[in-house]
Amino acid sequence: MITRRLALAAASFAAMIYAGAAAAQTPVTIGAIEILTGPNNKYGIAIKNGFDLALDEVNKAGGVLGAPLAIAYEDSAGNKDQALNAARQLIGGKKVPLILGPTLSNEMFAVGPIAVERKIPIVGTSTTANGITAIGPYVFRTSLPEADVVPVTLRTAKEKLGVKKVAVMYGNDDAFTKSGYDVMKAALEKLGIETLTTETFGGKDTDFSAQLTKIKSLNPDAIVVSALVEAGAGILLAKKALGIPDSVRVIGGNGLNSPQVPTVAREAADGTLVGSPWFIDKPDAANQKFVAAYKAKYNMDPDQFAAQAYDTLFIVAQAIKDAGAANPEKIRDALGKVKHNGVMGPFSFTPDRDPADTSGVVVIEMKGGKFQIFK
Amino acid sequence: MLAQQLVNGLVVGSIYALFALGFTLMFGVLGVINLTYGFYLSIGAFLALFATQHGVSIWLALPFAALACGAIAVVVDGLLLTPLRRAKAPELASLMVTLGATLLLYSLANAALSTDIRRFPPSVIDGSAIDLLGVRVTLTQCLIVGSAGALVAALLWLMNGSRLGMGLRALAERPDTAALMGVNAGALVRLVSMISGGLAGACGVLIGLNYNAIQPYMGEVMMLKGFAVIILGGLGDIRGALVAGLIIGLLETLTAGYVASSVKDAVGFALLVLTLWIRPSGLFGRIAVKRA
Repeated sequence: MITRRLALAAASFAAMIYAGAAAAQTPVTIGAIEILTGPNNKYGIAIKNGFDLALDEVNKAGGVLGAPLAIAYEDSAGNKDQALNAARQLIGGKKVPLILGPTLSNEMFAVGPIAVERKIPIVGTSTTANGITAIGPYVFRTSLPEADVVPVTLRTAKEKLGVKKVAVMYGNDDAFTKSGYDVMKAALEKLGIETLTTETFGGKDTDFSAQLTKIKSLNPDAIVVSALVEAGAGILLAKKALGIPDSVRVIGGNGLNSPQVPTVAREAADGTLVGSPWFIDKPDAANQKFVAAYKAKYNMDPDQFAAQAYDTLFIVAQAIKDAGAANPEKIRDALGKVKHNGVMGPFSFTPDRDPADTSGVVVIEMKGGKFQIFK
Repeated sequence: MLAQQLVNGLVVGSIYALFALGFTLMFGVLGVINLTYGFYLSIGAFLALFATQHGVSIWLALPFAALACGAIAVVVDGLLLTPLRRAKAPELASLMVTLGATLLLYSLANAALSTDIRRFPPSVIDGSAIDLLGVRVTLTQCLIVGSAGALVAALLWLMNGSRLGMGLRALAERPDTAALMGVNAGALVRLVSMISGGLAGACGVLIGLNYNAIQPYMGEVMMLKGFAVIILGGLGDIRGALVAGLIIGLLETLTAGYVASSVKDAVGFALLVLTLWIRPSGLFGRIAVKRA
C-alpha cells in the first residue's frame, strides 16, 4: 500500500516539476508487477530501476498524450498468487491500460491469462521461457529467448573462427540444459556445422575425462556445451588438463554466462564464447549514455534486466503516443507496430509479439576472468 | 586414446576405492551401514579449503582435515551408534538413525556454507599436466592412485598382520566374546571410527584437488557409487573395495569412451544388480553364517 502511495506521490510530484505541456494534467498510469521483496528481488529491483530511469527521460521530453507517464508498482514477491492478486488490483482497481512484468516466466503463466481475458496488454521484460506469448494475443515480451541467442553465437563462431565441425556436450538430467541442447542442435544443423559426437553427463558429475578424451581424439574445431555453472567449470578444467588446445573454444549457452565460471575454472575458462542479449561494455552511444545515467542515479552497474526494462519503457511510451489515447485495445495495436532503437539494439515485435530482431545480441568471450566483447 | 582412457579410468577407480575403504571398514568391523560417512568427505574438503585459504600448506591441511574428520566420526558414532549397540538394537535402527543424522548434517552444512561450488587456491598444488608418451597425468592424479594403493596395503597389514588387527577381527566376529577375552571394545570402536572418518576426509581433499568442485553435497553424490563398490567388492572387504572400485571406474570410463556417455552411470548400478543376483556376497565376501 505504502509503496503504491509513494509511487503515486512521486508521479504527481514529477508532474508538477515537468509543468510545461503537462501542467495540471492527471498522469497516464500504467501498472508494473515485479519481485520487489524476497530472495529474488535483485531481478525486480534492477527492472524497476531500469523503468524509473527511462520514465524520467520520457517525462523530461514531455510525457505522453500531453500528460506525464506514471508507473503503479505492485510487488509479487516471486509468488504467482500474489502476482495474480496484483494484476486483478491493477486492472480492476487502478484501471491501468497496460501492465509491465511480471518478473518470472511462471508468474507470467499465471497472470497472462487474466490480462488476455480482460483485454489488457501485458509486456514481460524478463520472461524467456517457451510459450510465453502463446498465452494469448495481449501478451508481449521484449526479452530474447535463449532459442534466439544461441544461433547468433554459433553463427559468429562459424564466421569469425571458421568453425566447421564441433563436439557437443550437454547435461541430460536437467530441463534447462536439455532445452539448451535442443536449440544448439537445431542451430548447428541450420548453419551446416558438422557434429562429430554428442556426449552427455549428469548435472552432479565431476569427472568429464572420458567424454573429453574421446572428443580430443576426434579433433573438433570447437566444443559446444549446454551446462550449468558447476558442470561447465568442470568441463573447462578437464579440457585444459587433457591438453585440448586453447584454439578449440568452448561455446556455451546462457548457463556459462556467469561470473562463477572463471572463479572456479580460472585460466581454463579463457576463450569461452557465449551470447548475451545485452552487454555493459557495448560501445554504441545509446548504451554508453544509459550505463552512465544508471551509475549516476543508482551508484551501481546496470545488468541485463535493467537494460531490458529501460528499453521496454520507451517502447511502451511510444505505443501510448501512437495509440493517441490510454486505451488498452489501441495501445495493443500500436505496440505491434513500434520500432525502437535502444540499448539492446534495434527492436520491433514479430506478429507473434516476440522480439523480431537479434542483431543486438553480443557475443562475448572470457579473457583473464572477465567477459569482454568478442571481436 | 585407449591409454588415456585407461589412465582416466584408473584415477576414477582409485577415487571410488579410496572412498569405499573407510565405508567398508566401518561395516566390516562395526557391522553398521553408517550413512553419515559421505558427510565426512564433504567436511574434509571444506576444512582443508579453509586451512589453505589461510596460507596453510596442503601437505599440512590434508592430514589436519583427515584427523578432524576422524574426530567428528568418533563423536557422531559415540552419540548415535554406541547407545544403540548398548541396547542391542536391530541393524535397521542404525540405518535409520544415521539417515536422519545425514539429512540434518547436510542441511546444516548447506545453511552455513551455501551450495556455491568452490575450489582450492590454484597455488596449493601444481595443477599442470605432464605429457607421458601422449598420456596426460597431473600430480593430483598420481597422488590419488598412489594413496589408494598405499592405504589398502596399510589397512591390510593393520587388519591381518598386527595385534591390533587381531582385536579388530575378533570384535567384528563376536563383540561379546572379544570383550571377555580382554579386548577393549569401546576403544577399538573409536579407533575404527577415527580411521574411517579420516579416510573419508582425506578422500574429500583429494577429490577437491582433482576436480576443483567443493560443495556441501559432494559426499552425497559419492555415496551411491560407494554402495555399488562395496557390494561388488564384498561388504567389509578391503581388497574388495580396491578391486571393485577399479573395475567400476574403468568400466564407466570405457563405456563413455567407446559406447555412449549416456549409459555411463548405468554401468556401476548394473554391476550392483548383477552382483546381488549372482553372487550376493560380492567378489571377496564370505557368506555370513550365523550360528546359534
